[in-house]
Amino acid sequence: MLAGRERLSEQVVRTGMFGTHTSGDTSGYGGLQVRLPPPLASEPPYGSYFDDVAAALGGALESSGLSFGAAVERVVVAYDEMTLHVRREHLIGVATRLRDDPALAFELCGGVSGVHYLADRGRELHAVYHLLSITHNRRLRLEVSVPDADPHIPSLVAVYPTCDWHERETWDFFGVIFDGHPALTRIEMPDDWKGHPQRKDYPLGGIPVEYRGATVPPPEERRSYE
Amino acid sequence: MTSTAAGSGGTSNRGTAGDSGGSSPRTGTAGGSGGSSPRTGTAGGSGGSSAGTGTSTEGRVYNVGGQDWDEIVNAADAAGDYAGDERLIVNMGPQHPSTHGVLRLILTLDGETVTELRPVIGYLHTGIEKNMEFRTWTQGVTFCTRMDYLSPLFNETAYCLAVERLLGITDAIPERATVLRVLMMELNRISSHLTAIGTFGMELGATTVFLYGMREREKVLDLFELISGLRMNHAYIRPGGVSQDLPSGALEKLREFLAVMPGLLNELRSLLDANPIYLARTRSIAHLDLTGCMALGVTGPILRATGLPWDLRKSQPYCGYQTYDFDVPTQDSCDAYGRYLVRMDEMDQSLRIIEQCIDRLAGARPADDPVMIANAKIGWPAQLSVGPDGLGNSADHIAHIMSQSMEALIHHFKLVTEGFRVPAGQVYAAVESPRGELGCHAVSEGGTRPYRVHFRDPSFTNLQSVSAMSEGGLVADVIAAVASIDPVMGGVDR
Repeated sequence: MLAGRERLSEQVVRTGMFGTHTSGDTSGYGGLQVRLPPPLASEPPYGSYFDDVAAALGGALESSGLSFGAAVERVVVAYDEMTLHVRREHLIGVATRLRDDPALAFELCGGVSGVHYLADRGRELHAVYHLLSITHNRRLRLEVSVPDADPHIPSLVAVYPTCDWHERETWDFFGVIFDGHPALTRIEMPDDWKGHPQRKDYPLGGIPVEYRGATVPPPEERRSYE
Repeated sequence: MTSTAAGSGGTSNRGTAGDSGGSSPRTGTAGGSGGSSPRTGTAGGSGGSSAGTGTSTEGRVYNVGGQDWDEIVNAADAAGDYAGDERLIVNMGPQHPSTHGVLRLILTLDGETVTELRPVIGYLHTGIEKNMEFRTWTQGVTFCTRMDYLSPLFNETAYCLAVERLLGITDAIPERATVLRVLMMELNRISSHLTAIGTFGMELGATTVFLYGMREREKVLDLFELISGLRMNHAYIRPGGVSQDLPSGALEKLREFLAVMPGLLNELRSLLDANPIYLARTRSIAHLDLTGCMALGVTGPILRATGLPWDLRKSQPYCGYQTYDFDVPTQDSCDAYGRYLVRMDEMDQSLRIIEQCIDRLAGARPADDPVMIANAKIGWPAQLSVGPDGLGNSADHIAHIMSQSMEALIHHFKLVTEGFRVPAGQVYAAVESPRGELGCHAVSEGGTRPYRVHFRDPSFTNLQSVSAMSEGGLVADVIAAVASIDPVMGGVDR
């Protein structure tokens, strides 16, 4: 398995059909090898308003002594949507300029959506921000990826206060730690919950229920045909 | 004041409402014997009306049983518990008739003034997003329709638009299916706003408004039942189109609805628009201006009540909304009353759109006018029809797969059990739900199941603003603030 930066240009091989290893894969595809393509990276020109956004952001970053390439790892344009993969150390700087520069003016943040790419070694946890510019009627997606072993991302609450609950939700469900968040506590799960349920290595069901002695068995043990 | 107070204290927000500060405030529980009543103390159980005291790690605790406030105050006086400190921490909810669902609010009061408000959510978390990763793309509709249970058709549409964009079939959706989607969404907007306004009235003590709102909403639900077979949780809109065409007689019912609805809405208006009590409870209450909305990501009627005509149906049209004639109502009062007026006006506009939908549906139809995409690799194979024993798969289809074509049977089996594959990638599709921008972030890894689906639910985001709206105001206005946000906890917690 490749890790980190090298993963960007190389293929990854995944085995099995449905990504299951312990149970559930009765398809006979268990030995199948699936070659995942390397992650996309688009080259300019990007089309639509995306070139304007990239140019304006590059100009805003350069005026503070930072280059577009240093802050943005790669640009992906797919399905008529633009994604900027931002290095985490520059996330706050990029977001602040996206919000404040009049040519960008992404006033509204649609919150954070976590994704756990189990096969993306060294960049397992992704935080995805959906920005909206009401001034220019544009959308833009920021994506930050961090390794599972070091799941720290700077908090955007100071730039977009709406990220408060969204970052708590992403911490709750994925275990991403947002440094600088005013109170990063669980929001949907109980305070004393163990684990982060939306991660791909967290099972569906099979969690002991602490309620009047009730138990819910894991899915493969729920029915008995004896 | 734009930052929310959510969880700005210690690490525990689901525990007791007891204060961890140096002084010991009086702690009462309002709204049932919630989890914040400590187990210690003499009145530990369902103590009826007798007040009880006990001690816990947070200090002395007084259990309020009703009609015993004087006893509590005297006991606290005698114990010298609040020398010079009038601060009172009240737990409200999660089971409370005025919290609009299983929402818990922890209020710090100074007399009648709210100095701090912390909403606590999560009581209705059902793991819908997780469950969707274990089902096919089509089955996902039956899950996401249950999130925001007052606007199920918007959940379905946002999800289906995302899946269709990933599949690259956005332009291949049949025209009739798109019109049906718009029709159902606008009907749903009316039913959702009627619930919002009805419960708003009820929470302020006006039960007539609630009864009128629910009675009118019933007319929409009857139409839903006629068209989709279900009053709620329809799973009517599917990737590729809608599950079935209009049944016979539906257009007449829709026209009847259009004929009576304006009068019924006027009835509601005459109850509320100039009602002095309603005005006193909503005007200049729960103020949130444009700057606050932008910072907190607030959309929908709250944003339009600040004067900004931001409506995704106009600004980023989907489902052909650019071909319909309607206006975006706004108010500039930034208060609860303005949000009410925006909702009322939006219902009028929805009626306009529904009328245009009916005209399009009633027009001359070509011979082949499907409501599901023609691509047999994506479209659900079974056509539904009404048989002698109710709604079910069409007899023609069953005859075809069971006795005429083995290949058709295999195709049916594969598509129903395994589902279709969706190209890898991620998209974000947003629709204007009754509460604001409902976004669906769908991630595919090329399989037959979603890799990740995340919903940016407007209730979740908008509910953050309740602290900004309420702090500094009176405790009675908290109710108006929550009701004017119109959060649906099924959508908040998902």
